[in-house]
Amino acid sequence: MTPEIGEFALIIGLLLSVILAVVPMVGAATRNEMWMSFAKPLALGQFLFMIISFLCLGYAFATDDFSVVYVAQHSNSQMPIQFKLSAIWGGHEGSLLLWALILCGWTFAVSRFSKALPLDMLARVLSIMGMVGTGFISFLLITSSPFARYLPSYPADGADLNPLLQDFGLIVHPPMLYMGYVGFSVAFAFALAALLSGRMDAAWARWSRPWTNIAWSFLGLGITLGSWWAYYELGWGGWWFWDPVENASLMPWLVGTALVHSLAVTEKRGVFKSWTLLLAIFAFSLSLLGTFLVRSGVLTSVHAFASDPERGFFILMLLAITMGGSLTIYALKAPSVKSESSFSWLSREVLLLVNNVFLTVMAVTVLLGTLYPLLIDALGSGKISVGPPYFNAVFVPIMGTMSIAMGISIAVRWRETSQESVIKTLWLPAVVSLVIGLIFPFAYGGGFDFRVFLGMSVSLWVISTVVREFISKFRNATTIKTKLSQLSMSYYGMMVAHIGVAVTAIGITLVSTYSEERDMRMAKGDHVELAGYLFTFEGTKVVKGPNYMADQATIVITEDGQSVTTLHPEKRRYNVKRNMMTEADIDAGLFRDLYVALGEPLNNGEAWAVRVHYKPYVRWLWLGGILMSLGGLLTVFDKRYRKKKTRGRVANA
Amino acid sequence: MLSAAIDVYEFKDPEKEKRFQELAYELRCPKCQNQNLTDSNAEIAKDLRTKIQQMLEADKSNPEIIDYMVERYGDFVLYKPRVKPQTYLLWYGPALFIILGLISIAWILRGRAKKQANTTAEATELSATQTQQLDDLLHIKKDKKS
Repeated sequence: MTPEIGEFALIIGLLLSVILAVVPMVGAATRNEMWMSFAKPLALGQFLFMIISFLCLGYAFATDDFSVVYVAQHSNSQMPIQFKLSAIWGGHEGSLLLWALILCGWTFAVSRFSKALPLDMLARVLSIMGMVGTGFISFLLITSSPFARYLPSYPADGADLNPLLQDFGLIVHPPMLYMGYVGFSVAFAFALAALLSGRMDAAWARWSRPWTNIAWSFLGLGITLGSWWAYYELGWGGWWFWDPVENASLMPWLVGTALVHSLAVTEKRGVFKSWTLLLAIFAFSLSLLGTFLVRSGVLTSVHAFASDPERGFFILMLLAITMGGSLTIYALKAPSVKSESSFSWLSREVLLLVNNVFLTVMAVTVLLGTLYPLLIDALGSGKISVGPPYFNAVFVPIMGTMSIAMGISIAVRWRETSQESVIKTLWLPAVVSLVIGLIFPFAYGGGFDFRVFLGMSVSLWVISTVVREFISKFRNATTIKTKLSQLSMSYYGMMVAHIGVAVTAIGITLVSTYSEERDMRMAKGDHVELAGYLFTFEGTKVVKGPNYMADQATIVITEDGQSVTTLHPEKRRYNVKRNMMTEADIDAGLFRDLYVALGEPLNNGEAWAVRVHYKPYVRWLWLGGILMSLGGLLTVFDKRYRKKKTRGRVANA
Repeated sequence: MLSAAIDVYEFKDPEKEKRFQELAYELRCPKCQNQNLTDSNAEIAKDLRTKIQQMLEADKSNPEIIDYMVERYGDFVLYKPRVKPQTYLLWYGPALFIILGLISIAWILRGRAKKQANTTAEATELSATQTQQLDDLLHIKKDKKS
């Protein structure tokens, strides 16, 4: 019964969505206040019915209702309950339901937290989100309902979830990622509403900025979590493979990063409006493109868990309508957008434009590299691959140059800055970062390494310029405490995020230069030395998990005779699908990870292939990602957004 | 007594081991979804790793090994595509886009500088009306917000 309720709730959700897409929009066009005010209750209703639908699917998973096709394909009675529940989004239909649920959640949040917004603006924003909702819920109902049944006879037990997905990572990574993807629909809706109403002023930027920053932060966290998950779960110690699915999430993040910066300029200075609008459209379109690439199976990827060309076609149509529609509106309305102020070539405005050029080109490069094999294939010129060596070769110089610009932009003011003052502020950070960057490879690696020199110098440059700028704020301050509270949250957010970029860059530089790994054949009592650590293999034993059997190895690690830790990597065989899984074990640390993974048994089980890794500073990658997202979230707590709201509330009362 | 473990792929020369890791990292497993030879557990990946090891031990150079792989499995095995007319856009595109982007910034700045020069020439009159307009605009905005 519950699956039918779920399906029915989905249908009601769709109907509410359609009404939301039409009525408030028509109301805004005809200035009919009553029609416009339908938007809020509709957003609430839509969200409620999506929750009901989602809970119904969750109930089917929790109670092992294998008459539901989706549950039978993605779950099994032996699975632990937390994985049964996260299996809701372990496949195509369920992830799409999560997508739609989150979309309706965002729509509801906008309706609830935008009291300062004029009614017609709110009506348009919610209406556009309703259109997106209509597209996705109908996609769910038409091609991919998670509630379809095996009737009259159904399997006695489920086919089990892909073991890679039976992990904490699946519980947290997709929801975060989708919060980001879908969150960009808010920025998109605000941009279109602004274009439609002709009100593309700084106020529009102020309204849409907190939403965009939150979405951007979630997407960043999602990507960070995904990278961390791949690192510990896939068993080869990699943290980014430039896989099409990873690229699909990176593109909207890069454009989103450009958008976050561009919105700041538009809000503060009233310039670059049309560019900002375009970025908002593209950030969301790229999120859709990402969904299309992942779900359609046009690209082969290790992540493509569920792909189907027919569904791909549907998403492609959604994408075409979204992009075609929004770009048409843009083309018609954007030329009337006027800038409100001027600036000279050495100004923060220009440096932010440069930042936007670099970020956009990075996004285009990812797109180019991801689609190039398809393009070549379509032209009948054979099959090629574009992988990590290509992206690394292209990205490293772009990111390096951009980081230099980042440092400079910190020292440059809005409108105009004199060259002398910039040089005066920046010479010390420049010298400090170059000197430490030069010393570092000798001190840490025992010899000069050009890549490390560049990577460290550039990262330290980003950090030292931020620190220098922060200290200079206190030059004329009466007390440190008052100054600390005077600085805006946006300012703190910016600093934290920029330091995050540097922390990630340090992590990338060091882990890709100083990592060591060895593939060993190890029998009981064998040992191997790596980066000063002695790994001793003490044999394997069989352990029984809830839904798998595993060979578990014991590897004792010592350093100069002192015990460091004991690791237990596993080779698991899952009962249902009989597939093998490597479960690595890691001793994590701020400055290095020791990573051990079991390979194949050799010589009839007398020995094992064991891969040992030494990964210096690998945690910094994700630490930086977390800092960037934290920075984005901090800006939302800026006083000026709060003030707006209280004033709005008073007016409403 | 403890004994030293043996590498699965043994090399007498550490320089060759390094090259082995680089090659296995840059070459794609021809039968897998999207994995390089280092990471893949597929049979063919194991065979190709062994092949690389043998060729390295036979003192073959990196280009020779890569040519051997391409001859058998096509350009598909290269994660780093070769630079040839078909891939010019891939390799030179990003640099071209950056240059175009920077040129357009310069162009925008020049256009703005010109416009500014024009407006300052007839400044006084215009700025009075502009101020009025601006005031109106701000008032409207204030009214709406409060």
